Amino acid sequence: MIDFGFCISKSSHIMMDDIDLKYFNKLETLNPDIKTCMSCGLCTATCTAGNFTDMSFRKIILMLQRGKDKEAVRLVKKCMMCGKCMMLCSRGINTRNILLSITRIYNE
Amino acid sequence: MNEHRILVIGGGPAGMETAYQLKNLGLNPVIIERSDKLGGNLSRWDRLFPTSEPAEALLEKLMEQTKDIEKKLNAKITSIEKENNIFHLKLSNGINYKADAIVLCTGFDLFKAEKKQEYGYGIYNNVITNAELEKYFKTHNDERINEPKRIGFVHCVGSRDVKVNNTYCSKVCCATALKQACEIKEEFPEADVYCFYMDLRMFGKGYEDIYLKAQKDFDIKCVRGRVCEVSENIEGKLVIKAEDTLLGTPMKMTLDLLVLMCGMEKSKSSNEIQKMLNISNNEDGFIETRDLFSGLNLTKEKGVFVAGACTSPKTLPETLAEARSAAMEVFNYLGFQDVRN
Repeated sequence: MIDFGFCISKSSHIMMDDIDLKYFNKLETLNPDIKTCMSCGLCTATCTAGNFTDMSFRKIILMLQRGKDKEAVRLVKKCMMCGKCMMLCSRGINTRNILLSITRIYNE
Repeated sequence: MNEHRILVIGGGPAGMETAYQLKNLGLNPVIIERSDKLGGNLSRWDRLFPTSEPAEALLEKLMEQTKDIEKKLNAKITSIEKENNIFHLKLSNGINYKADAIVLCTGFDLFKAEKKQEYGYGIYNNVITNAELEKYFKTHNDERINEPKRIGFVHCVGSRDVKVNNTYCSKVCCATALKQACEIKEEFPEADVYCFYMDLRMFGKGYEDIYLKAQKDFDIKCVRGRVCEVSENIEGKLVIKAEDTLLGTPMKMTLDLLVLMCGMEKSKSSNEIQKMLNISNNEDGFIETRDLFSGLNLTKEKGVFVAGACTSPKTLPETLAEARSAAMEVFNYLGFQDVRN
């Protein structure tokens, strides 16, 4: 086929129907407190790594819920495990444990 | 019994509670209701937030309280005239009333969902309203609700929306949406339930608990972002578009059922009565009160009082509290105690 140099842009929409939430469901079963996140952003505001990088615990959770696993895992790697987010979280979410679970589940 | 007669216009929760309290204060209330039964919008509801208490229980209580109070059902008001602080009210069946005061308890109508055409109510079969879902919970008879696998709730339909000229918040829809989301999840535990919200305004006692319960125990997924359009695919399923504004990415998903959380508008039937009494609307289209602090039960017209959702969207406890305070205002007005009148 002749290549005319045209291509179709990929949709920027998240297609919720095509997302496989198998890993996220596993994460949720291990850490049910994840469900109570209300995206207040305390974790990100206080994040030591977030001060210098795009690390954001809130966004990691959202990305995993929307099937953006690779991006989320890329962010997790920037965490320094200082635990400040856990001390602040107003829903009492065990953020550090969740980050460790993510590393374990998504690296399988 | 005191000879002071008070006409309570509207037989919903506000009117019923006002009449009951007026009677307790030794006055002689009459409830004027346009439909064939008391209860108003409350009689359409199955359960009430925050505790999922049966609406019927509250309705029965209000019925019991008003059982000895004079009522006129199926009443159509043809004229109201005021002469020397006495109101003369005529009904279409020839009955006339003379009264010392009038309390308007004309309540609200739900926003007409078909006005937001992009949500496809009345076009697509599986788009329903909050009131229709309550009806389903009551009767379990709605062929559109058939083992849905994925259900969406759209908050703020007809509220906070300049395109339908309603810029106000309807107050009750956030709590209602999460209440209904939990209830439908209870019915269909396998279903995924999404709530599309802009803000979750869980302001009252026990409301934040619904939110936490919805997340924790019912796995309701709250997505921050307004649904912009609904369409139907070839299988007859709904396809919705919204932005996940917390992630900053637009998203699409297929749903089996979409519930529109229609907000409150002042009841249309109150317009004619307001005209007879020379009572105007405020900028939201609800009845204008004398002020927004100490005069919430008063209008510009002496002897005309207001209570309930006819002056702004209100929850049931607010409506009932306002009804009680309206009764007290009427009492003060008649007892010549009130410096404000």
